Amino acid sequence: MFDVLIVGAGVIGGMLARQLSRYDLKICLLEKENDVATGASKANSGIVHGGYDPEPGTLKAKLNAEGVQKLYDVADEIHAPYRKNGSFVCAFGTPEEEATVRELYERGLKNGITGLEILTGDEARALEPALSPKASLVLNVTNAGIVCPYEMTVAAIGNAMDNGTELKVNFAVESIKKEADAFVVTSAGGEVVKGKYLVNCAGGYSDRVAAMVGDDFFEIIPRAGEYMLLDKNEGGRVSHTIFQVPSKEGKGILVSPTVDGNLLTGPTATVVESPEATVTTPAGLDTVARLAAKSVPSVNFRQVITSFSGVRASEQSGDFIICPAKSVENMVHVAAIDSPGLTCCVSIADYTIELLREAGLALTLRADWCPTRENPHAFREMSDEEKDAYIKEHPAYGKIVCRCETVSEGEIRDAIRRNPPARDIDGVKRRTRSGMGRCQGGFCMPYVMRLISEEREVAMESVTKNGKGSTPLIGKL
Amino acid sequence: MKRNLTCIICPRGCALTVEGEQGNLIVTGNACPKGKQYAIDECTHPTRTVTSIVRVENRVDTMVSVKTAAPIPKENIFDVMQKIRAAKVQAPIAAGTVILSGIYGTEVIATKTIL
Amino acid sequence: MREHDIVIVGGGPAGLAAAIAAYDSGVTDVVVLDRESSVGGILRQCIHNGFGLHKLGRELTGPEYADVYRCEVEKRGIRVYCETTVTGVTADRVVTAQNKEGILKIKAGAVVLAMGCRERSRGALNISGTRPAGVYSAGTAQKFINCEGYMVGKKVVILGSGDIGLIMARRMTFEGAKVEAVCELMPYSGGLTRNIVQCLEDFGIPLYLSTTVAEIHGKERVEGVTVAQVDENGRVIEETKRYIPCDTLLLSCGLIPENELTRAAGIPIDPITSGALVDENRQTAIPGIFACGNVLQVHDLVDYVSDEAEMAGIGAASFVKNGAVSGKTVETKPGNGVRYVLPQRVHTESGKDVSLFLRVTEPFSKVRFTVKSGDTVLATAQRLKAAPGEMEKITVKSEKLQGAQEPITVSLEVL
Repeated sequence: MFDVLIVGAGVIGGMLARQLSRYDLKICLLEKENDVATGASKANSGIVHGGYDPEPGTLKAKLNAEGVQKLYDVADEIHAPYRKNGSFVCAFGTPEEEATVRELYERGLKNGITGLEILTGDEARALEPALSPKASLVLNVTNAGIVCPYEMTVAAIGNAMDNGTELKVNFAVESIKKEADAFVVTSAGGEVVKGKYLVNCAGGYSDRVAAMVGDDFFEIIPRAGEYMLLDKNEGGRVSHTIFQVPSKEGKGILVSPTVDGNLLTGPTATVVESPEATVTTPAGLDTVARLAAKSVPSVNFRQVITSFSGVRASEQSGDFIICPAKSVENMVHVAAIDSPGLTCCVSIADYTIELLREAGLALTLRADWCPTRENPHAFREMSDEEKDAYIKEHPAYGKIVCRCETVSEGEIRDAIRRNPPARDIDGVKRRTRSGMGRCQGGFCMPYVMRLISEEREVAMESVTKNGKGSTPLIGKL
Repeated sequence: MKRNLTCIICPRGCALTVEGEQGNLIVTGNACPKGKQYAIDECTHPTRTVTSIVRVENRVDTMVSVKTAAPIPKENIFDVMQKIRAAKVQAPIAAGTVILSGIYGTEVIATKTIL
Repeated sequence: MREHDIVIVGGGPAGLAAAIAAYDSGVTDVVVLDRESSVGGILRQCIHNGFGLHKLGRELTGPEYADVYRCEVEKRGIRVYCETTVTGVTADRVVTAQNKEGILKIKAGAVVLAMGCRERSRGALNISGTRPAGVYSAGTAQKFINCEGYMVGKKVVILGSGDIGLIMARRMTFEGAKVEAVCELMPYSGGLTRNIVQCLEDFGIPLYLSTTVAEIHGKERVEGVTVAQVDENGRVIEETKRYIPCDTLLLSCGLIPENELTRAAGIPIDPITSGALVDENRQTAIPGIFACGNVLQVHDLVDYVSDEAEMAGIGAASFVKNGAVSGKTVETKPGNGVRYVLPQRVHTESGKDVSLFLRVTEPFSKVRFTVKSGDTVLATAQRLKAAPGEMEKITVKSEKLQGAQEPITVSLEVL
């Protein structure tokens, strides 16, 4: 019997597990996929939003204002990479757009955000030379930043697991029954777990999980956002995250560096039929290129190395839904976590923990809780001299497997062994960046598969891209 | 009979037409005598070199690449492939080692050295 | 820090030929660094035949061609470090590499860059749809099948009719797969005629020109692709869309020189070739750093890679012995119908004939190439056929080159 069951191992469920792991509780994360961070948490803008955008008085406004510093603090503890690069919200010459910039500034002040200033186009271009000459008025959001959303998730869950949290992957929740003192949760595969408290962090599926206990007061609207990621050659094009003020033509196409040094452009916003509808479309990618060029005309789209789509779990009200379940006790919904959900992952977790406390969950701090996680990128951050010494002790770090991102065999083996263990090719990619570079795994995939096969003791033919039937090989010759 | 072929002797890639009966074939469209010979060979006894791999039994996931030492009749390609698939080899193997003999007048040999 | 006269980055066909040529030019302290477990580069997985006809006068398979050069390297006692990845080259010729023994820093008298190229990925092609398993660049599939002995799929569509794609169509067929279609975005194939005949026509595999893969379908594994014809701007023609069920999509859509080390060293790159700007000795704009093979320009025949690598090896040896070549240089430029000319810079007073390598912009029949400096014609050459897939070579005599003042332009006219 677990004390807390969390449905969904995205950044929300994962960070909740991490924040809960400091208490004397038995926690279990239930994830339907083969790995953590496979939904919206792996395909979003990776932005730490300043907090100027949400309507004052909303949960989003409150949690965003609280969340930024909390996120940076936790990221430091668990070694999740981030950079406080600041963001620009730009008007391009029309009075309406310029009025919006001023309005966002005022709204930011109301939300309690510090570090906001309004720049003229020229002042902004002095800081960001590639910015369009048409940018006329710019909100400079100095507390904003960028994070790697899937690394944040992996790090949070890794830290939670190091502290005893259990993770069950390939556990698609099919039914939830409330017995006298426990939830009985059954997976599609027939596995059963029991827990006293249940938190619904199921992202795009959170309305379906709510329906399993009889709650139907919200409905998730899946909204797809398409992105294009560019080569590191383009990564220095801008240093700030460049937003446009919302307009008729679109909302929120950004141009941003990533923590890994690439350039990210996107997203579109299209309502789709399902949370799984992560297809990219010619129209979507065209829109991204066209609108990104409005902010930064010099972006070289010949340097695109991949495109992807992520589906955000939106809801009609526009605000987060974080509240006790209505039909059962001891359950909390954490739903409709679209932007700025990533920014708020720590403040959402803390807010949720308060709801659990109010519901009666006993929260006793553990003396042995370890807030830090081993830095998975320690090797790549070493100087040549340090690397040399380290390789002499651990030769596997000397063998480069992914040439584009310079990832060694040692780092890949670590990712397969360390919590939460990478179980498939995409899992290795998200943890180590092997296959994330310009050749997109063309060269390293056979090596990565061999390492997974060795470490997990499975046949090469059984190694998957991302679980289930996603096997690249069909058999031996 | 009448057959249209693309000549592969040189990059020009002449569009060749072959007409007539066995022993009396007329080639048109060729820019040189090599093209004529190619067309006649293709219509009378086309041949191909087959290349493939054979698993090395005493090494983990190691393949030795092989080829037919001389071209074999085109219609026998898949038969030769079947024979290659059934072949078994043990390392060490030197490039040039005969893997299968009696293959339509030639042999299948290793093209790689496996130590 | 260790010191060596010549460090060669990459032990593929280019690196090996450069090493041999450098050694034979009298510089014996040559080392080759290669990231793989054995030398030979991509030839190790190219088990088909057709290599060496020009250079060696016999038809070999890829592994055999590589072995010829490996033996020559061994014969000379040239040191080769395998599983050693170069992570940095500086303009003052310090090469940093990494292997299981540690970090290696070498101060080189001269450096030859021979890192080869990579395949254009699905991401770079921006193909729409889902992201299932079963989408391969053709070379990755080739490695799985030919080196590791695993089959990648049963029902295959290939996008791109470059030579690797054509070779893989035959290879997959040999291993029992059904190749449903080869789609080529351009109105002509980029592959060699011989490969179209022997890899597709022999097996009745259809080649669809001006056709692309518009969308990939399937959640876990590829279930099918939507193919469609494209207009002259490469845009999909909606009403021509059709669905082909398949479990595998192979991509053979072009090769990109791997010039990350080159760029990091501050060496200027030609935007057309995506390789370094070089002179006729294959020296880059930074003295003492040379480039050859597919990292310099994507070749269609390995024989020409070996030729080019020999120039780089000889150039590097000469640099070590005599320092940089001095004397006046002029630029070369592509003219009408020519996409690029390499080398991009030529010494006019060296007293040596210089071969210009070039590719045309589209297929032509019966053309004359004219090499001019200003109004002076330096060389002409006629061809019955010229295609972008086949590199052209035109040699300019030293006496013609002497005294050339203005940039050298190569253009073609259709006869």
